Amino acid sequence: MTTIDTSSDPVASVPDSGGHFGRFGGRFVPEALIVALDELDAAFRASKQDPVFHADLQRLLTSYTGRPSPLTDCPRFGAHAGGARVLLKREDLNHTGSHKINNVLGQALLAVRMGKKRVIAETGAGQHGVATATAAALFGLECVVYMGEEDTRRQSLNVARMKLLGAEVVPVTAGSRTLKDAMNEAMRDWVTNVDSTHYLIGTVAGPAPFPEMVRDFQRIIGDEARAQVLDLVGRLPDAVAACVGGGSNAMGIFTAFVDDPSVGLYGYEAGGDGVETGRHAATITGGSVGVLHGTRSYVLQDEDGQTIESHSISAGLDYPGVGPEHSYLSDIGRAHYSAVTDSEAMDAFRLLCTTEGIIPAIETAHALAGTLRLGRELGPDAVILVNCSGRGDKDVETASRWFGVIDGARVPEGRA
Amino acid sequence: MSRLHEVFAEAKAEDRAALIAYLPAGFPSVDGAIDAILAMVENGVDIVEIGLPYSDPLMDGPTIQAAVEAALLGGTKIRDVLATVEAVAATGAPTLVMSYWSPIERYGPAAFANDLAKAGGAGVITPDLTPEEAGPWIAASDAAGIDRVFLVAPSSTAERIDVVCSITTGFVYAASLMGVTGVASVSAAAPLLVERTRPSAGVPIAVGLGVSTAAQAHDIAAYADGVIVGSAFVRLLLDAASASEGVAAVGRLAADLARGVRRT
Repeated sequence: MTTIDTSSDPVASVPDSGGHFGRFGGRFVPEALIVALDELDAAFRASKQDPVFHADLQRLLTSYTGRPSPLTDCPRFGAHAGGARVLLKREDLNHTGSHKINNVLGQALLAVRMGKKRVIAETGAGQHGVATATAAALFGLECVVYMGEEDTRRQSLNVARMKLLGAEVVPVTAGSRTLKDAMNEAMRDWVTNVDSTHYLIGTVAGPAPFPEMVRDFQRIIGDEARAQVLDLVGRLPDAVAACVGGGSNAMGIFTAFVDDPSVGLYGYEAGGDGVETGRHAATITGGSVGVLHGTRSYVLQDEDGQTIESHSISAGLDYPGVGPEHSYLSDIGRAHYSAVTDSEAMDAFRLLCTTEGIIPAIETAHALAGTLRLGRELGPDAVILVNCSGRGDKDVETASRWFGVIDGARVPEGRA
Repeated sequence: MSRLHEVFAEAKAEDRAALIAYLPAGFPSVDGAIDAILAMVENGVDIVEIGLPYSDPLMDGPTIQAAVEAALLGGTKIRDVLATVEAVAATGAPTLVMSYWSPIERYGPAAFANDLAKAGGAGVITPDLTPEEAGPWIAASDAAGIDRVFLVAPSSTAERIDVVCSITTGFVYAASLMGVTGVASVSAAAPLLVERTRPSAGVPIAVGLGVSTAAQAHDIAAYADGVIVGSAFVRLLLDAASASEGVAAVGRLAADLARGVRRT
């Protein structure tokens, strides 16, 4: 299989002035939020031209986050990926433990500039919530994080971290009690408190300008990695792999390579028990075009436009929508999306632990599982850049139960 | 003149605001919702909004969330909403659907507009469809001959109010406060919003969000053409010990509100 892709310059022109990525994106929100979105859009565009903003953000990214994050050669893991050279972009080594901090610091600076005293956020795995709570502490902002009750249970370490950082964590008991419902509740808070509050969305979804803005705050991942790969290998990678829930880490690493037609872009969605079972979160692979949370994109929905609950072992990927730019990149054939099941992801999780001494987040493990497949297709000459989007401390309990390393036997293969 | 505008004109001639009431289809059951709505109409509700239950009602507070979740768990489909419209429209009361955009987009805007018109529906209120994204819906609603109602909010700039009014037909929905349904009470921002909207609005202006009592309805009737009440009706159905008690309670509140919207 070849990864040559002939599409040229598809991203430079998106989004349009209405926030559209082709037929995706836009704004589907109550009128009450339009002024806030316009205000945010204006602050975002002004910041792009402002050297003081860039200097402030750059200082935080280096002295606080610890950027640039390193690139790690993973030969023992690569041996299982058809012998391909696997390079991990180590976003797991950022302060707070994932890529989420990149976007949060950018938006927190904007919030301060807009005079907001309070930030709210939704979170699934808790990584975005922790990053937001961290920035709120740093900037002296009040912080409320909405988290599905189911997720507060399976990511209890991150709940404790957010509370230690001074944030209020609100467990959401509506619907599936996961990320989708947390986002609904955050939207309700925002429309009620929009004068004082910035809604710090953690992914490349939501109404314009969020998909574009979050992408731009995350593109530092790919910009750094592109230079690091060129420096280390002397050429561009053949493929870039990332996990996709809402898709911020993937957009962050893809964007730098979109205009390099020789670089294949691969997004791995959460396949849960398998797309064929209906119990999954693979939105592009198994969904259809619809509107959710203020944007048009692929959505898991029924014939009446009702959102179908997603399922994944990974709280951070357990979302029935996806960022509109991913839907666009899929439609134009520039990026390729496929599903990785819970079992495949957990096998790759274990493999990275034991071959490289790195415990990844379960979200990230989906990209690693995809990399094993991809490497076997591309062969030993291939160079695959993988976004190691987060570390797995938060998942130790889930993984310990899955592998039976603490109490009792390993759960059976293919377990839900 | 559309039936909707006739009703506003009749109310004005009687020196009162039109009373507009909301209930979601399918709660407590499809037939139970129809019974409750018919009781509203018998007790003085002029115009009906039938909510299309949606899985992610991010503009609704806990009361309407609970009702639409129950409606969806009960298996309510879009065809049930259209059947509810048909049953209510048969009374002669102008009957609109209130819907988040996702279900209409999935159904197909043209198909939805046509099927609603066939059921006797007067129009659709689309609270999360921005004017910027409304092109296909403007075409579909025009072709089907139904009204399309958009919202203005206290935060809306003069420019936004102009844009919203330029595409709205039927009536303009003025959201009385910044927030979700059924939580806070109508805010002091409401009269100013109506005043700011009046010059751009070629159609009547109705005020909703946070209206639950006859006294509030009376206050709003002093400056608006219509008064919209939703969560207060839903709350009565949620709290009722039986379906028939719920219907009776809804009827009593409708009669009370109908007295409230009188200006004298």
